[in-house]
Amino acid sequence: MKKFHIILLVLTAAAIAVLVSFLQTTTTYDTVAIAKSKPGKYVHLMAKWDKSAPMEYDALKNPNYLAFTAIDSLGDKVEVVYHNPKPENFELSEKLVMKGKYEDGKFVCQSIQTKCPSKYKDQDPAKHPGNATPNKTSYYKEATLEN
Amino acid sequence: MDYIGEHLLPGQIGHFFVVVSMVASLTAAFAYFKAVNAPLEDKKGWLKLGRLSFITEAASVLIIFAALFHILYHHLFEYRYAYQHTSLSLEFKYIMSAFWEGQEGSTLLWAFWQSVLGLIVMKREKQWEAPVMSVVSFAQFFLATMIAGIYIFDVKIGSNPFILLRDSGLLDEAPAMHLNFDLLQPIRPDYLTLVTDGNDLNPLLQNYWMVIHPPILFLGFASTLIPYAFAMAGIWTRDFKTWVPRAIPWTLFSIAFLGLGIMMGAKWAYESLNFGGYWAWDPVENASLVPWMIMVSGLHAMLIYKHTGYSLRSSFIFLALSFIFIVYSTFLTKSGVLGDSSVHAFADIGMNGQLFLFLIVFVWLAPFFAAKTDKQRWIIAGVTLLLSLGTYFLADKIPGFPLYVILGGVATYIVLLNKQVPAIQKEESVSSREFWMFVGSLVFFLAAMIIIFQTSLPVFNKLFDSNKAPGENDEFHYNKIQILIAFVIGLLTAVTQYLKYRTTSTRIFIKKILWPTIISAVIASLVLAFVKVNYMTHGLGFLINIWLALVATIYATIANASYIWLGMKGKLGNSGGSVAHFGFGLMLVGMILSSGKKEVLSWNTSGIAVNFGKESKEKTGENLTMVKGVPLQMNDYMVTYVGDSAHPKKQQTYFKIHFKSKKNNEEFTLLPNAFVNYKGNEGLMANPSSKHYLNHDIFTYVSSYYKPDGKEDTVSFKPNTVGVGDTIFYSKGYMLLEKLAAKDGLPTQEFDKSDTGYIASVKVQELNGSSYSSDMLLIKNKGKVLYRTQDTVMSQSLVLQLNDVHNNEAIIGVKESNDVLEYLTLKAYKFPYINLVWAGVVFLVIGSLIAMFNRVLKIEKKGIRVA
Repeated sequence: MKKFHIILLVLTAAAIAVLVSFLQTTTTYDTVAIAKSKPGKYVHLMAKWDKSAPMEYDALKNPNYLAFTAIDSLGDKVEVVYHNPKPENFELSEKLVMKGKYEDGKFVCQSIQTKCPSKYKDQDPAKHPGNATPNKTSYYKEATLEN
Repeated sequence: MDYIGEHLLPGQIGHFFVVVSMVASLTAAFAYFKAVNAPLEDKKGWLKLGRLSFITEAASVLIIFAALFHILYHHLFEYRYAYQHTSLSLEFKYIMSAFWEGQEGSTLLWAFWQSVLGLIVMKREKQWEAPVMSVVSFAQFFLATMIAGIYIFDVKIGSNPFILLRDSGLLDEAPAMHLNFDLLQPIRPDYLTLVTDGNDLNPLLQNYWMVIHPPILFLGFASTLIPYAFAMAGIWTRDFKTWVPRAIPWTLFSIAFLGLGIMMGAKWAYESLNFGGYWAWDPVENASLVPWMIMVSGLHAMLIYKHTGYSLRSSFIFLALSFIFIVYSTFLTKSGVLGDSSVHAFADIGMNGQLFLFLIVFVWLAPFFAAKTDKQRWIIAGVTLLLSLGTYFLADKIPGFPLYVILGGVATYIVLLNKQVPAIQKEESVSSREFWMFVGSLVFFLAAMIIIFQTSLPVFNKLFDSNKAPGENDEFHYNKIQILIAFVIGLLTAVTQYLKYRTTSTRIFIKKILWPTIISAVIASLVLAFVKVNYMTHGLGFLINIWLALVATIYATIANASYIWLGMKGKLGNSGGSVAHFGFGLMLVGMILSSGKKEVLSWNTSGIAVNFGKESKEKTGENLTMVKGVPLQMNDYMVTYVGDSAHPKKQQTYFKIHFKSKKNNEEFTLLPNAFVNYKGNEGLMANPSSKHYLNHDIFTYVSSYYKPDGKEDTVSFKPNTVGVGDTIFYSKGYMLLEKLAAKDGLPTQEFDKSDTGYIASVKVQELNGSSYSSDMLLIKNKGKVLYRTQDTVMSQSLVLQLNDVHNNEAIIGVKESNDVLEYLTLKAYKFPYINLVWAGVVFLVIGSLIAMFNRVLKIEKKGIRVA
């Protein structure tokens, strides 16, 4: 066997060992119910901000404390605590990927990734702030034109 | 129906040339393909057709480019692309950023560079023109289909950048855009009068790096095709050897520009994103890093081959894989598969199948060319067709099927390659340069494979229908491996240049490398002793790895700098490799130091938020709240939020943050900015701002911001009747009415002569604290209040107003409310030695380009001599 084959073998074995150990550190994407069922375990919680419940963020009191309620697609809710300011695009997001653990009745996240509506499904141009809103007169004009 | 005000011509021209481009590139690919094996008398004709078609293709791409630019520049919002990516307020320089914000524009940019490089190949590479250009034209055809936007049997091919807004589906849900406000009716003829402004460019992309980073990156992307095409040409024409010296300059070019493009992206991330750094192991970043790493391995394999005859097969494999991974990276970023795991991938526009087909075809193209006989070629072509169809139908039924198709293609290539390409049986000597160079290439390649495996987790989820998410310390899983790679590569980069090809005598080797080693040891010890990297977040083991990698990369830097004199006698023209290695080492040193010693300055340990209230177990956080006008200590600085100013046209606010060093009284002001409530969406999109020093940066951004709008303020003014010299108490202290003056006949025009103005001056004294003065103005006429000012003592949360004046007594309204406070939350880092990273990149690129020019000159000299 050539030296290279030995080196190749050793390196490949090392790489595979690395990848196997990496796979063992992976976690899962979960719903609220599942996250609650395994307290203390690190998960990726997929949910969105429940706007009907109050959100607590007062930068004067503590800039590193955000608390809100998250609701997942099944309708389950959980109180979320995040020790950071509100993440960017929080209000705009339609989905949140929250990484953290469920502990003492709360989901404590280490990071929140906001998922915004795709720019390819954009908002109605008529509702666009910069655009003129059609008024009734032009509507009637159209209607008469059609007749 | 005729629509009012539309400019249809540019779109029609554009789309017409998209079709021309598709036809021309396919014709060119075919003509060049035929030219390769055609008998001499036919060859000329095929070559002529190939050239003509490719020039037509290049011209079409240019016209498409110009048409789309025209649409964006003139804000023709009847086109979806202009509507979605620009707005009237967008500055001219960002029109270009808007151009490549969308998938179609970035594909077009890629096609543009590929056609430019193709023209250079056509001009320069006479011997290799036909096979190389055949591959290039074929790739060009695939790019053209990505912007085709045509339907074949209900299957959409590509996404047309020239699609009209009214055809794009964006207006389908907008009743106002339809006749009679009825969605079932057609779109109204005057709809354009309602579309007065576009959607604007994503604010995060409104940054000058976004103007130049994509063109350079896509030049890098496009350039990886040429070495791939050369490798294919080599195995196809069975001329296994002579392509290597021709491909080396192209590979160096690719390394320089892909590397530069990636690191410009890093610079953009550093300057305009707020994840606090230049690299986050984001899939989009990794996906372009990996082909670069493979290309570097490929370059070293080719150099070994050129000097010793070893590792020819590896050259073939690395160069093929580099481009295949470029296509894979395109698949990752453009297919939307990264949805949950990347911050800045493109959204899915329904081109998954097409992108995957691009990948399958360019993977299986390699065994197609590596086949020995035409019969084998046709079998492979058939297999590719079957597998492509198979992927379409079986991907959901057989878990992992698409992966097996790709791996199968690569394996077939390697098998056929080994049958065709000869290899030297004799072993390399352990004391030879080629031995360690190859070990280095292999380690680098495996490092790339590990990165892409980790990055592909979301792809594996799709393939095997699993639900794996990255682990708790995602970045650490990359770092803990790559720090070891940095150690090994650092050592090899330092030592290998001092070895000779074939065999090295131990005595000479030691003699040469002794001094660089001693100098490196001294400098590394000094750095360890005085710079003090003590990053303990992941324990002592990891810290020791950091130290080892730091020493190794310092060694690489010094040894390569020394080699320019010791090995090359200071001849810079020949030292491209050493300069590039020096830059690479420097960049790694900078990365290790800046990440290992990154400090959060804005630790919330003092000031406003000592009381954490109900969350008392709360540790201190990384963000600091600053009230406007109130200095706060932050690390070694007194920091004040002085004020803010708005961008004249956009909803962009610049925050003035004043820093004063307590050490040397140095003062400076940073202007981090943010889009506040952009387009009516509540929230912030922040851009950082940094103060650059030679050996570190102070990096800040605003993480939350509050400005009272008066709407939510429910606290009312409490009236206090006082005479001059009387005091009023408030929660934090008291205030004293110092002066009350009345004046008739105000000089201002707006007021009548009979009006009376009153001015009350108050001194506010905080208990055991500072004092402030406040003046209020009241203007009355015959008992009626005409005008009244409010004065705010920001740091005391006080708002004062003069309610009324009676008999030399003032009625002063006092309001204590949090809602008067204007405050922001700041995050600040200290990034030490970040400049080493940027300097390293510059040297890496310059070194690669020196090496490239040097080789081109040598080839040309040789050519003249032969002629």
